[in-house]
Amino acid sequence: MSQSNRLSQGGRVNRDKVINFRYDNKSLQGYEGDTLASALLANGITLVARSFKYHRPRGIYTAGSEEPNALVQLESGARTEPNRRATEVEIYEGLSASSQNCWPSVNFDLGAINAKVSRLLPAGFYYKTFMWPASLWTTYEKFIRKAAGLGKSPNELDPDSYDKLHVHCDVLVVGAGPAGLQAALSAGRSGARVMLIDEKPLAGGALLGSTDVIDGEPAAQWVQKVVDALTAMPNVTVLPRTTVTGYYDYNFLIANERVSEHKGKPNGEPKERLRKIRAKQVVLATGSIERPLVFADNDRPGVMLASAIRTYVNRFGVLPGRNIALMTNNDSAYLAAIDIKSAGANVTVIDIRQNPQGELVEQAKAQGIKVETNRTISTVNFGANKIKGISTMALSDDGRDVSGGASSLECDLIGVAGGWTPTVHLYSQAKGKLEYRDDLHCFVPKFRSQNNHGFEAGSCQATWDLAGCLSEGAEAGAAAAKASGFENASAAELPAVSEAAQSEMRPLWILPTDHPIGIGPKKHFHELHNDATVADIALAAREGFLSVEHLKRYTTTGMGTDQGKTSNVNALAVMAEIRQKTIPEVGTTTFRPPFTPLTFGSIVGHERRELFLQKRKTAMHPCHDAAGAVYEDVGDWKRPFYFPKAGENMHQAVQRECLAARKSVGILDASTLGKIDIQGPDAKKLLNMVYTNAWSQLQPGRCRYGLMLNENGMVFDDGVTTCLAENHYHMTTTSGGAARVMGWLEEWLQTEWPSWQVYCTSVTEQWAVATITGPNSRALLSELCDAPLDEESFPFMSMKAFEVAGIPARVFRISFTGDLAFEINVPARYGVALWKALMAAGEKHDICPYGTEAMHVLRAEKGFIIVGQDSDATVTPMDLGMDWIVSKKKGDFLGRRSFTRSDTSRTDRKQLVGLLTEDPNFVLQEGAHVVAELKDKPPMEMLGHVTSSYMSPNVGRSIAMAMIKDGFNRKGETLNVALMDGSSQKVKVTDPVFLTEASKEASS
Amino acid sequence: MFLIKCPWCGERDQSEFHAHGEAHIVRPENPDQLSEEEWGDYVFFRKNPKGLHYERWVHSHGCRRWFNAARNTITDHIYATYKPGEPKPEIDVNDPIHGNPENQR
Repeated sequence: MSQSNRLSQGGRVNRDKVINFRYDNKSLQGYEGDTLASALLANGITLVARSFKYHRPRGIYTAGSEEPNALVQLESGARTEPNRRATEVEIYEGLSASSQNCWPSVNFDLGAINAKVSRLLPAGFYYKTFMWPASLWTTYEKFIRKAAGLGKSPNELDPDSYDKLHVHCDVLVVGAGPAGLQAALSAGRSGARVMLIDEKPLAGGALLGSTDVIDGEPAAQWVQKVVDALTAMPNVTVLPRTTVTGYYDYNFLIANERVSEHKGKPNGEPKERLRKIRAKQVVLATGSIERPLVFADNDRPGVMLASAIRTYVNRFGVLPGRNIALMTNNDSAYLAAIDIKSAGANVTVIDIRQNPQGELVEQAKAQGIKVETNRTISTVNFGANKIKGISTMALSDDGRDVSGGASSLECDLIGVAGGWTPTVHLYSQAKGKLEYRDDLHCFVPKFRSQNNHGFEAGSCQATWDLAGCLSEGAEAGAAAAKASGFENASAAELPAVSEAAQSEMRPLWILPTDHPIGIGPKKHFHELHNDATVADIALAAREGFLSVEHLKRYTTTGMGTDQGKTSNVNALAVMAEIRQKTIPEVGTTTFRPPFTPLTFGSIVGHERRELFLQKRKTAMHPCHDAAGAVYEDVGDWKRPFYFPKAGENMHQAVQRECLAARKSVGILDASTLGKIDIQGPDAKKLLNMVYTNAWSQLQPGRCRYGLMLNENGMVFDDGVTTCLAENHYHMTTTSGGAARVMGWLEEWLQTEWPSWQVYCTSVTEQWAVATITGPNSRALLSELCDAPLDEESFPFMSMKAFEVAGIPARVFRISFTGDLAFEINVPARYGVALWKALMAAGEKHDICPYGTEAMHVLRAEKGFIIVGQDSDATVTPMDLGMDWIVSKKKGDFLGRRSFTRSDTSRTDRKQLVGLLTEDPNFVLQEGAHVVAELKDKPPMEMLGHVTSSYMSPNVGRSIAMAMIKDGFNRKGETLNVALMDGSSQKVKVTDPVFLTEASKEASS
Repeated sequence: MFLIKCPWCGERDQSEFHAHGEAHIVRPENPDQLSEEEWGDYVFFRKNPKGLHYERWVHSHGCRRWFNAARNTITDHIYATYKPGEPKPEIDVNDPIHGNPENQR
């Protein structure tokens, strides 16, 4: 069986270049220029897939991106890709593909049992079956997961690379058919920057599959001349194998180019290239797609679009059948019939029209093509996975019934021609409005969204004749160039064409058979990809799913990877028929990107790993690496979480670090703290507005802790701000809140107080910060500097600038551990030098580097909050027990007025308290719920939740903080914490300060 | 994906900007003198019109400057962008091209 269906001549394939490929483990041959579909058909392979739901055998249905059936698994291993349309994949040497959604094979598929029990799988099957009882879902799920879906995704890392580009142009032309070519030519000649994009490897669009003659030559030659002319223009880019998948606001479009797959082996080029295009004008010349006819068992392998058969004959030199029946409701099937007949097959046209007349019909008859009129296919004889023949019956006058006897006809292929659907996907994505035209029986563009400037040309707006497409394309190209500033643009000359006039179609949307639809064994598919039938739409209508958007989701019409390109209009028409409404009354669904599926590789492009998200590392990071730190992500920062010694787990390391920091001296990398340099005569005014406390009296060299609120009075950040000099401040923020606070200050300064003279500069990354804490921190620092460090010369909450280990530094006497501590800030480039100097000098004090976890424990021991952990966006300073930081005297500040709101001023709000567990060794889960009274099962009265919880080695027991309703008044009470495993723990409510002088003595 | 004209930088891609809701809300001068309702209105309530909307934007991944935009929320057409403190531009929502869709064509 070597290309038994290949014609001896013709087609746009290179017969000198044989290509070997594998399909379902069979070695096959095709020619350069073949798609996988054309090569399979050339080899006589029709059955290529099993359908989604019923596992019915399915064949190649189209010759383009609209393919609903022929989805294959391409390649294997790391490069495997599911759901590739065989009609789009170009074959290359060594290609390997297999059928999907079948087991053990596409010819004998056990899942086909679903077809036998199809009555049990109606529309909405999943919703109905798995709603109740919920507990059985876990049982069903295993089977559903196995049966559902199409191909298989790869498990390995994608070895290919993908590219991404931003590009701009004056005129973007989508579609290189006759209209698009003329548009690009007209716009290109004006000097405008033009991009011409087409999804196929060859330009020409519908001309690729036709026998049209342009300017006295085969259309292919005219196409080549235009492409050559365009390629010669430096201002024009022609992109084949590129699909415009999305059309968004303001003429922003996404196009994906298949760069190298068709070349076979990886050759250093990216596999795909995604372009993000900003176009001044967009000409849509996206063409149209032939519609199927909905008749009994219209899904059998061997049923194809008539235009697809014509394309296989003319473009690929492949004749997929010998005895071909063409069923049609319009003239275009006759074009196919004539070409197929010339290629050597027997052709019978089954025309559902009562009295078809016209040039094409006469031409066909003159060539000996048999034409049956006013008849429909009532039965498809199918056996051994092949079409054996059909039966036809006469249609009634209203087309709703059949009558008389059935006459049978032998055939091995059925072509269907149900009229044409303009490809309006991109137009609709870009919020263009569609209009249903009764005379044309399709949706056409009505008006564009205002921000998406451009024009439509050709059959995407139901211009069916070639002359019309050529002329509209030229006009649209010229108009687009003019609108983008190229005043001299003019429409390209029109080449000479001659074509037969076409007559009216007969719009019968459901073709009857010898039993009522949905009752007998035969199925009428309006949607092949997701296996949806007319009976499903009828059921949806009966069950009240009348809105077209509900219909779509309930029957899954148009929700497959083909987006219903062949099924959409038929589904709407069938719904209209069933509900006895007009199609515009039923409405249409919205097309959404992408037009055809995009790979994750293409979407991601270069933006993988480090190029997706930069790791922020502090200046001292190499020191932490050397010390074996385990890191924690804080925003984008990598912060040391803890520093395990050999054999230590996290708990042991943290406990050791906490003890060491309080016993002698601990050192923390605090560089990630947000730092903002604030300067200007109105800086003090700004601080007074954004912080709750008063700043007017703060002298140079002194520091103050502040809380920031939003206008709702809720805490959103905290930190220490230092007066460096008159009109010059150094603000610190939480590590995660640095950008947010910077934005907050800028927002108020720019929008509300633009006249204030204040300048804010982020200096977070300019300073490296080492915090030393503990009783020996002063002794350590004194060894590295000359400055007096005694309590009187360098008191708590002050700042001094002096050299530390020879490095210019700003040293702050502030503390997040509650112990004596110094925060040493040096220019970032000295971070490593400072850290090393402190570690070396600290050796005799047993200096201990500690991470963020120990930092959290140490601060919790003293009851210091972490904004965002102990508080959320519903917490006031009063809720935190921090009334002391709210100035009653200084007047207005952000959030102040909200304190007197009735809800904010309630005294029984959730408030911050400490919790001590009954079992001192038990550490509560953070987030665990605190309840007043423990019951066997919910509901229980919820009082609040645990916000922070640790084992504290310094207190000698577990400690926790919690936000509890009316917490201040509950101190001393015993409450219960409900735990994840269903158990509970009794807790005593306390002050949230655990490490007091008394507790220190008790634990020592 | 909008193309937005920053009054300082010119036309830039939407991904450089952030939107921050209704513009021209002035912080009350004497919050203490406002009723609960008036203060609540200032803090919580924002217009969400169908059609013309004056709103705040910030060129967060550019010059970091704030500005205002007059945008049609139905069509996403941006009629104008202008600096903070400048008055609202007059917009004709019945404009046959850029007005609300029901007034078009």
